[in-house]
Amino acid sequence: MIADAFLQALALVSSFDPAVMSIVWLSLKVSGAAALIGALIALPLAAWVVQTRSLLREPMIVLLNASLGLPPVIVGLVVYLLLSRTGPMGALGWLFTPAGMIFAQVILVTPIIAALARQVLEDAQQEYQDLFASLALSRWQSLQTLLFETRFSLLVLLLAGFGRAIAEVGAVMMVGGNIAGHTRVMTTAIALETSKGELALALALGLILIFIVLVINIAAHYARQVLRRRYA
Amino acid sequence: MKLTSFFSVAAASVLLALPVGARAQDASITVASTTSTEQSGLFGHLLPIFKRASGIDVKVVALGTGQALDVGRRGDADVVFVHDQAAEEKFVAEGFGVRRIPVMYNDFVLIGPSDDPAKSAGKDIVAGLKAVYNAKSAFVSRGDKSGTHAAELRYWKQTALDPATEKASWYRETGSGMGPALNTAAAMNGYILADRGTWLSFKNRQNLKIVVEGDTKLFNQYGVMLVNPAKHAHVKRDAGQKFIDWLVSAEGQAAIASYKIGGEQLFFPNATK
Repeated sequence: MIADAFLQALALVSSFDPAVMSIVWLSLKVSGAAALIGALIALPLAAWVVQTRSLLREPMIVLLNASLGLPPVIVGLVVYLLLSRTGPMGALGWLFTPAGMIFAQVILVTPIIAALARQVLEDAQQEYQDLFASLALSRWQSLQTLLFETRFSLLVLLLAGFGRAIAEVGAVMMVGGNIAGHTRVMTTAIALETSKGELALALALGLILIFIVLVINIAAHYARQVLRRRYA
Repeated sequence: MKLTSFFSVAAASVLLALPVGARAQDASITVASTTSTEQSGLFGHLLPIFKRASGIDVKVVALGTGQALDVGRRGDADVVFVHDQAAEEKFVAEGFGVRRIPVMYNDFVLIGPSDDPAKSAGKDIVAGLKAVYNAKSAFVSRGDKSGTHAAELRYWKQTALDPATEKASWYRETGSGMGPALNTAAAMNGYILADRGTWLSFKNRQNLKIVVEGDTKLFNQYGVMLVNPAKHAHVKRDAGQKFIDWLVSAEGQAAIASYKIGGEQLFFPNATK
């Protein structure tokens, strides 16, 4: 079975099977967009949590950490009800579209990026606080410096968010509907092939998914090293 | 890379990625249908033919019949194409569907271990289920309010036995689609009621085979309905109606009849206009 799956994966990749390629491409687009939008929300949120003295700070930290455990299928259900035509956001017509899938995945990845970013920024702040005090920087200025000094670590958080998004099946299945050629992504295709009893094909798609995630991480790893050498 | 430029790159990529959702709205309809029609490959066969004839893209969301009807009730599909006559008639009576039109049928089969430990083999589904009950052989139920689940419960009712309510230990409700339930039955080497289409296209059969087939009670009718535009104004009435009209036309019916796996026909057109 496993050897068979490897052979099928190789055949699918080497023949550039158009159906598989479009599924891979949609997976990358949806999860990539979700990770980027998630970062755009999460980084300011984390920065706010780190520098604020608001009473909301502690509840926000607990909330962020707790939402790391959000089950995708619950997020999927809630977003499904929101986007449904009879739901509050029904007029958008986003249910069963990639836009709706991105929306659901943003909810899943934002807490991860924000919780990890808060930790990274707070650790850096410990390290730099004496320096900031001696330079008499304002809170906002020191935060800018922190974000800049930790930029390479923050890039890794983007990968963490992307990793959760691309590996997730519950939310995209519910919100996207696994429509062939429109909203079918790697994970929902794997679920479908498994339910058809095409276990070798499902495993082959799984191997392709793992391979893509690996390649992206390798690329990001080296990009980070190059950037660090050049700019740090 | 400065942080600001990082963010502008990020924002630009987001903007580039977004139009994905906005496109492909024009000539397309959403059909809520069942796992049996999707996973048996019928839609993969029909939709390209319909697209050539009409230019309309059909996006199929495959769910259990109960869930598919619910998607229609919420107005999230334009057309519902399912197989549970009682539930469909209720859907129309409630005003969510315009009219129920029969399209085609196939049949259910009782699947079991090839050595048939319960001695359920034959042409009588009621006798077959009774044999499974008496032998306390493992039985996998869909348990997901699908058309097949509704049919299974109807047959149990005719046996006057009720393993679901008794919570018999050999009766396992999986709450999953036809394919996953077949995978479970194959792993447990148990009995299961399945639609013939999914069974024929199912690849992970292991030790399972058909034990009961050919009973007239096992008839499985599929019907199609336009979601009522009076309830949901955004329903694509014209394109949806075109799809329904095509399904029951001579051309559509011939396309359904021509779908075969291993030389065996899966669905039998029987539209009455």
